[in-house]
Amino acid sequence: MDRFLFLTVDGLARGAVLAAFALSLVIIWRAARIVNFAQGAMAVATTYIAFTVTSATGSYWLGLASAVAAGLVLGTLVERTVMRFVGNTSPLNSVIAGLGLLLVLQAVLGMIFGNGYRAMEIPFSSSPISIGGISAVSPYDLFIFVCIAVIVAGLGLLFTKTPLGLRLRAAAFAPDLAQLLGVRTSRMLTLGWALSSAVGALAALLIIPTELGLNPHALDTVFVYAFTVAVVGGLDSAGGAVAGGLAVGVVLSWVSGYLGATLAPIAVLVLLLAVLLLRPAGLFAMTKERTV
Amino acid sequence: MTRTKYPVLAAATAAALFLGACGSSGDGESAAAEDVPGVTDTTVSVGTHQPLTGPAASGYASISPATKAYFDYVNANGGVHGRTIEYTVKDDGYNPANTQSVVRELVLQDEVFAVMGGLGTPPHSSVLDFLNDNEVPDLFVASGSPTWNQPEEYPYTYGFMQDYDTESKVLATYVQEEFPDATYCLFGQDDDFGADFKTGLEAALGSDGLASSQVYSTANTDVAAQISALQAAGCEVNFLASINGFSAQAIGTAAQLGYFPKWAASSAGGDYNTLASYLGENTDKLLEGFISANYLPAYSDAEDEWTVKFREINDEYNPGAEFDGNTIFGMSLGYLFVEALQEAGENPTRESLLEALESGEIKGNGHVPLGFSADSHAGYTGGMITLVSGGVQAYTGTPYAVDGDSVSPYTEERPAMPENGIPQ
Amino acid sequence: MTPSKSLPAAAGAAAALIGLTFVLEPFVSYQLATVCAYLCAIAGLTVLTGSGGQLSLGQAALMAGGAYSYALCANAMAEAGIEGPVLLLAPLAAAVLGAAAMGLVIGCAAGRLHGPYLAGFTLALVVAIPAVTSTFSEMLGGDQGLWITVEKRPDALRGTVSNEQWQSWLAILCAVAVMAVLHNLLRGRFGRQLRAVRDNSAAAALAGVNVARTKIVSFTVSAAAAGLGGGLLAYVTQSASPGAYSLVLSLYLLMAAVIGGIGSLTGAVWGALIMVFLPHSINSFTADLPVSPDLAQRLDGNLAIAVFGTVLVLVILLAPRGIQGLITAAVRRFRNSGTEPLPETTAGTAGSTGSAGPAGPVPGTASLPTKLSTTKGQP
Repeated sequence: MDRFLFLTVDGLARGAVLAAFALSLVIIWRAARIVNFAQGAMAVATTYIAFTVTSATGSYWLGLASAVAAGLVLGTLVERTVMRFVGNTSPLNSVIAGLGLLLVLQAVLGMIFGNGYRAMEIPFSSSPISIGGISAVSPYDLFIFVCIAVIVAGLGLLFTKTPLGLRLRAAAFAPDLAQLLGVRTSRMLTLGWALSSAVGALAALLIIPTELGLNPHALDTVFVYAFTVAVVGGLDSAGGAVAGGLAVGVVLSWVSGYLGATLAPIAVLVLLLAVLLLRPAGLFAMTKERTV
Repeated sequence: MTRTKYPVLAAATAAALFLGACGSSGDGESAAAEDVPGVTDTTVSVGTHQPLTGPAASGYASISPATKAYFDYVNANGGVHGRTIEYTVKDDGYNPANTQSVVRELVLQDEVFAVMGGLGTPPHSSVLDFLNDNEVPDLFVASGSPTWNQPEEYPYTYGFMQDYDTESKVLATYVQEEFPDATYCLFGQDDDFGADFKTGLEAALGSDGLASSQVYSTANTDVAAQISALQAAGCEVNFLASINGFSAQAIGTAAQLGYFPKWAASSAGGDYNTLASYLGENTDKLLEGFISANYLPAYSDAEDEWTVKFREINDEYNPGAEFDGNTIFGMSLGYLFVEALQEAGENPTRESLLEALESGEIKGNGHVPLGFSADSHAGYTGGMITLVSGGVQAYTGTPYAVDGDSVSPYTEERPAMPENGIPQ
Repeated sequence: MTPSKSLPAAAGAAAALIGLTFVLEPFVSYQLATVCAYLCAIAGLTVLTGSGGQLSLGQAALMAGGAYSYALCANAMAEAGIEGPVLLLAPLAAAVLGAAAMGLVIGCAAGRLHGPYLAGFTLALVVAIPAVTSTFSEMLGGDQGLWITVEKRPDALRGTVSNEQWQSWLAILCAVAVMAVLHNLLRGRFGRQLRAVRDNSAAAALAGVNVARTKIVSFTVSAAAAGLGGGLLAYVTQSASPGAYSLVLSLYLLMAAVIGGIGSLTGAVWGALIMVFLPHSINSFTADLPVSPDLAQRLDGNLAIAVFGTVLVLVILLAPRGIQGLITAAVRRFRNSGTEPLPETTAGTAGSTGSAGPAGPVPGTASLPTKLSTTKGQP
């Protein structure tokens, strides 16, 4: 029973970081109907900035702030210089543009920072606190949970309670109509990219210390799992991303713990298939299915 | 497409034009009739495949520049029998599909004399048949798999590293001597690396010698499930058949769980400097007493004549690059090749190169002997224990030689360094 | 083009390419063989994604299915002492069947997914490949994969024909066959149904098209083509390993299909050529740059990838319909200017300008996509 608890809690912690990254994919999907394959590389780039700032100043929090700021800037840049000009002849084109950007970013990061891994500092201990003999979550896990709660709540408020959020949603769902009604859709699109990239930056900063460390490829597998998480949850739903993340995290942990780590990717595939067979557009799909 | 009535034919014609252009742009200078591929009056060309990009680059991309630096140094000192060595490095990103392509390019297009130091078990396995079918010397494969030592089947392929089986027996022997009553366990990769290591350990410790054996997959960096199982099984000494990143992940995760066993790692995942880059500021505390095995000169040993020489070469021919285990590894590869080429005679051929290797005259620069002979293509056949103490990883005790299942102390002196560090 | 016409065309294409191999160096022949293998997979993707509108990232998994089917069949036959042409052809058939069976299962499971959900599922599929080969390592050889006993070129050809040249012949024949079969499929009833389902599945269903079956068939056909490509790669490289069929390969296949022009099978040819020759030529180019050793070490490999990525982005920005789109536009403009060239030679000359396309697409043609929209969904 102890082991079950341990594995579950570990899986939830792992799932939380996947959820954080999946959120950034959900935001960009909602804003632009694009799965951004460059998201991982963009987030790694901002994490390098945070790493440089933290190394120079000694402050984790300054690094965190600069990562989020860099995320806003990078998202804006990518939208304004590349994505805006990708023709809409086929949704595939934005996928390919994202892949092209991914290659460029990873190569440039490799040139500047080298291929080695760098250890990253974390602001809280990652040793689990033991309560009544059962080791539970670590302070760092709690920090991650809090960050995610803040992101989800913030996004929820932004999208449902503010005029800006309304315009963002309008621009995404009915761009032509929104434009007629005076919403500056192109500005909304840029804002969506900036927001998504900033959330991605924050997520990367939380995740990378729990992974092997900072490297141009640090988020390759995270991106794959996060995409899976977003699909399990339903790409339109922030709550779905969190639920999907926790589900995938727990499945990974249970399978690794009881059946062997080798089987974990197969288990994720099975989970994904099971969810999609029951609900073809994810757990938290909107009732009315939209064609893409 | 409606207008183009014959798309298949049209495409083929277009492709033909394209390829024709490619084909004709190929260099015509290799036309000079030579008997030995890759050898001219003034040069010998060799090639290798390395992961310079991609996720595997982090651990290995610095090896080939070190080999190149050593060759540059030899070339600056007159080369080998008056020939300079041209060393071509191809990036395969640790992807077997790329390896297959770049190695064919080296052999068919660049017509190299030999391929040396090809890195990684999965990438190199995929070109083993090709190199042997084409009778290209395939020297000093940089991988611990025993695959390279099959002289009957693959007469052109030679190993370099102590193989995983040898290494695991060396570690097991030392651990049994030092911690005779401890509970032993294994944390291993879910491929041949982990499996070979486990077989070797069980041969040395007995079939029930491992109290628990946990595997990880490189697809999942969270190893808490496995580490907590080792902790629960009461493991006191954990063998690590893991690459550096996962060794660090295992040690770091254990520390988070308040679990501080002894670690005994394969050299593939036991390099202090590399582990330190993953572990950050807590390295010294976490790695104190860390056991591993090696066979090459220690980069931390400022007294070692080889290390001193290699550092000098690194400063001059590879400026700006860090001097670490990979540097020693790369230069030792280069040294061994130059030694074999020297021995292959004034006018080396592929046959004379292989004869030189089988002659037993090639000694290398390791603490343990090379296995090269007519019926063995095994690289270094033993290992020496390294211990981390006070943030320094250094050799301890005497080396072990491994022959089958028998592990014995090896007392012969390591070959002395020739003058200038160049084989005479 | 009806089957009766396409057959001679295919035979002509195969003969031309085989003739070409006599003037190519062995390494270029090898590259040609890999082009043909990838072409099979990319053409399959063109059917599934281009005509069928289903975004799949799992093409590498299906190639792996083909490669492993080939390996298992060839090794079993070699063990049983079978030699000769049977050992050459039966494993290829096994590769096609094995992958087609995989495609059928995936089609049944994923047929009702679309857009990113299908992409996500196929992504998870391809990521699970190494896990599958590790789990069944007794049979599939784990991480190192399988070595394959292959039937080499007939003794009569030894000395006159290099091994690489022989491999390219086999690959050329297979690729041409795949192109001809897919071409005829897309021209026929299946192609019309597929496009109808892509453009509006509800309308297609009302018109009596069995939507689910059409999707499943498109998965199966695409998988069979990919499987043949995988089988060819297995034959050429004498190995099947999980590392060679990674997510990266899947993404490259998709990139090749889109950059070549996913609207037509001819685009797949450009895609396959680019996939093999562009990284290779960029690598050769960047390797010769005169830079300091320190800088060279940073740029090694990375520069080539950065250039490749930039080219990808530029092509997508300047030629959203891919290279074939550029060519079609160029041909159209040429036609509109009043001349009436012969169809074959048009494609030929367009081809030679197209080969310069990826490095610098003709700027003037970039603004044409709106005019091109009429070519979409051609009958």
